[in-house]
Order: sequence, then structure tokens, then C-alpha cells
Amino acid sequence: MWDLSTHAIDTAQLRGASYADVRVMHIRQRDLTTKNGQVGTLAQSESIGLGIRVLANGAWGFASTDRLTREGVAACGAQAVSIAKASALAKRGDVVLAAEDAYIDSWQSPFRKDPFEIPLETQLDLLLAADAAMRKIKGVTLSETGMQFRKIDSWFASSIGSRIHQRKIISGCGIAATSFQDEEIQKRSYPNSFGGQYALQGYELVESLELLKHAPRIAEEAAAVHSAAQCPEKTGTVVLGASQLGLQIHESIGHPIELDRVLGQEANFAGTSFLTLDKLNKLRYASDIVNVVADARLDHGPGLGTFAYDDEGVPAQCTDIIKDGQFRGYLSNRETAHLVGLQRSSGTMRTESWNRLPIIRMTNISLLPGNWSFDDLIADTDDAILMETNRSWSIDDRRYQFQFSTEIGWEIKGGKKGRMLKNPSYSGITTDFWNSCDAICKFDEWTLWGTPNCGKGQPMQTMGTGHGASPARFRNVRIGAAFSNQ
Amino acid sequence: MSDFSAHRRIIDTVLRLAKSTVADETEVHVEEISGALTRFANNAIHQNVAEHGLTVSIRTVADGRTARATTNRIDQDSLRATIETSLTLARSQPKNPRLLPLPGRQRYRRVNRFIKRTAELTPEDRARAVRRTCDLAVKNGQVAAGIFSSGQNQMVMGNSRGLFAGYRETHAEFSITMQEGAAASWAKANSANVRDFDPPKLAARASEKAHLACNARELAPGRYTVILEPAAVLDLVGFLFYDFSATALEDKRSCLNDRMDTQLLGKNISISDNVYHPLQLGAPFDGEGIPRQRVLLVDRGVPKNLVYARSTAKRAGKKPTGHGFALPTEYGEAPMNLVFSGGESSLEKMIASTDRGLLVTRLWYIREVDPYEKVMTGMTRDGLFLVENGRVTSAIRNFRFNQSLIEMLRNVELLGPAVRATGEEAFEMVVPAMKVRNFHFSEVTKF
Repeated sequence: MWDLSTHAIDTAQLRGASYADVRVMHIRQRDLTTKNGQVGTLAQSESIGLGIRVLANGAWGFASTDRLTREGVAACGAQAVSIAKASALAKRGDVVLAAEDAYIDSWQSPFRKDPFEIPLETQLDLLLAADAAMRKIKGVTLSETGMQFRKIDSWFASSIGSRIHQRKIISGCGIAATSFQDEEIQKRSYPNSFGGQYALQGYELVESLELLKHAPRIAEEAAAVHSAAQCPEKTGTVVLGASQLGLQIHESIGHPIELDRVLGQEANFAGTSFLTLDKLNKLRYASDIVNVVADARLDHGPGLGTFAYDDEGVPAQCTDIIKDGQFRGYLSNRETAHLVGLQRSSGTMRTESWNRLPIIRMTNISLLPGNWSFDDLIADTDDAILMETNRSWSIDDRRYQFQFSTEIGWEIKGGKKGRMLKNPSYSGITTDFWNSCDAICKFDEWTLWGTPNCGKGQPMQTMGTGHGASPARFRNVRIGAAFSNQ
Repeated sequence: MSDFSAHRRIIDTVLRLAKSTVADETEVHVEEISGALTRFANNAIHQNVAEHGLTVSIRTVADGRTARATTNRIDQDSLRATIETSLTLARSQPKNPRLLPLPGRQRYRRVNRFIKRTAELTPEDRARAVRRTCDLAVKNGQVAAGIFSSGQNQMVMGNSRGLFAGYRETHAEFSITMQEGAAASWAKANSANVRDFDPPKLAARASEKAHLACNARELAPGRYTVILEPAAVLDLVGFLFYDFSATALEDKRSCLNDRMDTQLLGKNISISDNVYHPLQLGAPFDGEGIPRQRVLLVDRGVPKNLVYARSTAKRAGKKPTGHGFALPTEYGEAPMNLVFSGGESSLEKMIASTDRGLLVTRLWYIREVDPYEKVMTGMTRDGLFLVENGRVTSAIRNFRFNQSLIEMLRNVELLGPAVRATGEEAFEMVVPAMKVRNFHFSEVTKF
């Protein structure tokens, strides 16, 4: 692969590129699903190709090809340069990149069991058994299960001399039971909704989830939640389960700190951010017990945002985002770092595939654990609603106003978890909400959740991001607006 | 870009190679994409990309089992390996008693959605158009961001029973957001023919509305009469498409369960699925190669028909409508070319007839809150305006809505002509602007 990469870079430089980087990627994916006891999707795919990004006349160009011959990649390199020169017809200044060292390295994400080596029969048997366990429960009208595995090899080369090979194994798995009764559809998912849990792990992730143990429980809850009381509409205290809090972090911290959004580069599509540059080191984002990092290092855990180098050849880093409640940092790249006074990119450029341009992306944006046990937190709470497992999510295009609903809730009264509630929801303004956080559970309750489906960019790219979270409590939150009819 | 015959050769190669395996039947999809997108922000191009790719997707059937494998390598060894992968996947599962034999040869209605001018658009063409819109922004003291994209797709499929289908189309899109201080507005168009829209005209519209959107004031949330521009209508009603899938009703996850043939929506609402409509794009065949039919889904407010893949049609005793997804899939089918019947009102007439209401440019981050009542949440974006006594009087801060689509489509007072609308939450459809009473806004944001 290095020969092809070097040839593409050489061609681009001969055509006038002042900088070029190349990603050759080979992506293998397996998808298995079941529905109501039948195999649904059963598919495997592979895709290999090359993408080259160049600077010429001070502007960017990018081209990609699946023709992996010397002629094919040379044509691709030349095309990228001609596109960059067209970009220069509508530029306002030259692109300047922060300095970065050249690296020659090879890295593989750790895993114990290669999911592509596990017999398909083993994988399908587990899914069909979980599917059957859910359908045994009266009231379940739809049972669904799924697994997804990816093996991604990428070869990064740049004109400053980097040559970096990375191999990542990603696994994902989840189950869901749906119940249609009395003009109402209710659903419970495990271990998370919208596909389950995803991580930079092998098949050991699937085995650790104990699907067969949890299938009857979520099926019973899906059937039972119909007869639960409606979540009230009021202002009060909420305790969020860890997976729901992971999505809250994603939407109300992860996206607003993307520097491309802050600088208006996503204004037409994904939106901008309320975190304008004047707020850095000045905004009280959250209460003083809240600490959030962007950490792509393996030390943080095997998240979907874990890697050794980003897709711009910058090593993985840990950046303080919120420190003791204060806003401390953005996600940056080599082009934007200097705009926030940094000498170096924070290493967050990521691409979905060889045919997509790397853009600023969340890595693992995690809320660091607090010091509460979950039992102590419940015991300390007089009146609240515990909400678990996301059902819907929405936030405005500057990331102020959000609304989430969850699959299930429980009353907390007098320090005890009480009756089940249906259709829970909460909403608010980002900084008000995070400033109302007064308890965060400790590391024992902390999970590095994987969000596999974050969409951004044009053409749209789907990326996996990681979000470490443990259950936490928030005061004076608006509850129940999603189902109010006033 | 290859022609049909080159893709047919790939299909013939796969079918020939599969004959020497245990596959009883084989289906092949070949898709080639060539596209480019110029992206601008802060009045300059900041991203500018091009891609080319070809994929071969192979479904084998062996001993009552089926599975799919896909590759983008087209040498014989890779194609042979992909067939074997498909067979390995297929063998791993129990027999599927519902699996049907592959369909044989079909007849298709011709559609022409390949426009040479669109296919030939260059990076320089796009850059010059972007430059003109950015210059307009600078002249008006505004900041422009958006895209100008163009490209072509070709999809060809064949199977071991002699079915062969091919389709190609071009596509072009221009989208622009104009920002003036904290205010913004937006315009977007999309067509097979790049000459169907005028980027400077779209930029001028967005610029004018961005200026109108300045100095937005806050209103209390509540129920309002709204005038939804076509993009806002599209991004809401787009969420209904899967409810018309026969599989969704079998799975009891459609809002139409127990509601077919009832007066569910207003009598002024009729919806069809029609890939042959002149404002639609898309292939005239489905994932199994079955010709797409025009289907009347809602007739004057009454849900009348669903769409069927071959397997769901057989279970329901119906004919397949040509809306199936490529197999194997648990999702069955869906209408992908919705066409709403429109009316004769214009946006201007809707505004003139409104004592107090809100004009909505577009919506954002729409998600389903309640799947049976079809309650959707989301935000207004890029231009929300107060209408008083028949005229637009001021800009309003953006609202969050929580609104049942079923209730909304019972409350439509006026309809504009149906147009090809494009937004960000749903794929393109043919929908009208609508004036709707009692639309529910639950909260307000800070801008």
C-alpha cells in the first residue's frame, strides 16, 4: 500500500500540491439480525480504496478512487490538485497548518476474540436464542436482535513523511422487545437502544453482555410499561442512567465543542455552536463537580473514539473540555488549532472511509466519574424520576435547547426506587442543565458507551464516538414536555 | 463512468462463476457512483471533494437459505471469493420456509433522468457559482455557507433466472445558508438537471430572508397557526413513509395498525407513491427487480393501500408493488417516492389569509417521540416569522415542537401546489406548502 500512497503523493506534488496526505483503507463488515425468530439481515461486505487530500494554491482538494493501480492513484492525485486549484477561485486566504512531526508506526486495537473467526452459527444461535427468550413473554409483539462487526485497516501517508498503519476491530450487539397494546407502542432495549453497545473490542464484548440473562427482563418491561403511570409534567429532579447520560454528553457537549462548527463550517448542515471563541476559559459550563475530557488514548478505554493516530497523522491525546465546571477546550485539527491559541492540533480528524474527507469529530467525550455509589445516590434523593435508555433525542442547531425521552422511568420517593413510569422525557438549555448536576456516580457504575451512528459533514459521514458516563442527578429540570398537549 | 454493457459483463461473470458452486440461484447488483461536492463557509470554499466507486453485491440461494456479500473488487478471484462468502453466510442459518424463488424476466417502464449537462459539471463550474453567491453575501454584509454538488449513479441488476434491469440518473444540488449577525436563513434545490435551479436566485432568497430574520423576538410557546414552506412539510411528513410498509403493519410498529380504511386524516390529504412522477428521481424497479407500481396510499384522508415486497404480498394475498428492499432484510419494503396531492393556494395567499400565525422556513433534528400517535419533536431553524393581519411583521426566536403528524394532517386549512422539496431530515418528495391550525410548540430556545 505504501507504494501506491507514495505514488499518489508524488503525483500531487508534481502537479503543484504544497501538502498531500493519503488514506488507503480496507473495511470489512458483517451484519447479522433476527426478527421474530427469523434471520433478517445476513450480509458481509468489504471495501478498499484510496483518498488523497491536497493543498494547492493555498486551498484544499480531495479525490478518491477504488482503482488501486499506479495509473488509478496517479489520476486521483492529479484530480485532487485540479479540484484544489478550483477551490482557490473562491478562497479568502491561504490554509495554514499547525506543525506536526512525521511518524512511522503500526498499531492494532487490542482484542481477545476476532469476531470474523467466530463461527457464524455460534453468532446466529445466540441471537436466535435471545430472540426466542423475548418472544416467550406475553405481550411482546416484535423481537429484534443484531450484531455488527467491523475490521478496518488504514494506511496513512503524508508528504511530511508519516507512514502509519492502524487496524481496528469494532463489535456491536443489542436486543429489543416491542409491545403493541391498546393503541400504544412501547419498546425496551438492552444494553442500549438503536443497536445496543458498540466498542473497539472483539467478540468478547458480545459474550460480556449476557444477552440471554437480560432478554426476559426487557421483554417483561416492554409489556409492563403499558400499564405504568404516565410520567408527570413538572419541574423537578431527574436521575439519568449511564447510557442516556452518554447521549446527553454527545449532543450537548460533544457537538458544541467541535471547532469546525464553532467557526461556521457546518452552518449549512449540522449547524453552529453557542460556544463562540470568547467563551473559552470563561464560561461556567457546568457545576464544579463536572469534569469532561476528550480522550482518544487507549488508556481511556476501548471506545469508538479510541485510536493511536487521527486521520491527519496526529497522535491520540487527552484534552480537558470541562474542568471543575469551567469550559477549557475545543476539538481542533491542524488547520484550526491556531485559532484557539494552540500550537498543535488536538488530534480529532476522522474519516468514515477512504472516499470521505477527514473532518473534526468527537473521539471519546467522557464525563469523569464522581464519588457516589448508585444506591447512596438513590437513598439521598427525596423526589425524582429515574430515566433509562434513550427513546428520542433532539437539540437545536446551536446546541442550546434539547429534549430527550427514554424508554422507561421510575419514581424515586423518600430515597427508594418506586413505581414504573411510562413515556418519560426531560428538556432544557444546555448550560442550565449541566450547572444543575449535583451528584455523579463513581467508576464502578461508569461505562464507555459507543454511539455508532453520528452523522456529520457533506457528503454525510457516519462515525462512531465514545462517551464514558455513570448515573448522575440533575435538579430543577423540566420533565414531561414531550408528551404534554398544552 | 461505465455503460450498461460493462456492468452486464460483471453480472454475467458472477452468474457464470456461481454455476460451479452449490448455489441454486444467484442475484447480482452492480452500482457505480461518481460524484463531486463543493462546500463553502465564511464566504469561501473550504472543502471540495470527488469520489468514484463501484460495488458488486451478490446474493446466493442454496438449500432454502440466502445471504448477501458485497465487494468493490471486480477481478475474477475477488468475485469468486465474494460468492463463496455469500454461500458461507447462507449455510450458517436454518432454512427459511418463507424464502421465494428469484423472480424471472420483467418489463420496465422507461424513465430518462440522465442529463448530460449535469454529468459534465466541472469543479470550476461549481466554484464560479459559489464565488458569485459568496460575493453577494459580502455585498450584503452577510456570511454564506453551503454546498454545490453534482454526480451520476448507475445501478444494474441481474439474476440466474434471466432478470436484467438497469437505471442511471444524474443529480445536482445547491444549498445555501446566509447569516447576518445572529440571524440566518436558507434555500435549497435538488434535481436531475442542474439547469432546473439557479444558485444566484436561491442565494438572493436566502439573503433577503436572513435580513428579515434579524432582531428576532421571543414569543411564548403554545398552539399556533403555522404556514409550513415545502421543505418544512417534507421533513415532517417524510417520517410517515415506513408506516405504509406491509412489513411494518405485520410487525405492529406502524401508526396505521388498526387504522386502515378509516378517516384518519383530513379530506384534503391524498398521498401516492409514484416513481414515474416528473418531479421524482429513482429506479423503476425494486431490490428484487420487480417493477415499481404507482400506489394510492391515502385517498382523501383515508389510508387505502400499503406497499408490498414479494414475500409480504404473498402472505397478504396481494400483488407485489415493486417496493421491496434488496434481500435479505427484516424491513421488507417502503414507498420511497411519495407524492402529495397539492392545492391551489400560494404562500402569499396563506400569509394574507392569516390573522396571527407563524411562517416556518425549515425544521431541524426531527425525531419520533410516540410511534403510534406519530408525535414528532424538533426545532424550527433558519427563519421563523410572525404573521399578523395578513402580513409578515417580525422575526421570532426558534421553537421546539411536539406535534402529532396525524393531528397535523387533520388540521390542514390550505395547500399549495405540490413541488419537489428537499430538506435534511427526509429524502426528496413532492409535497405542497401547508397552512395548519393548532400546531404545538412546547419550548423556546435562545436565538
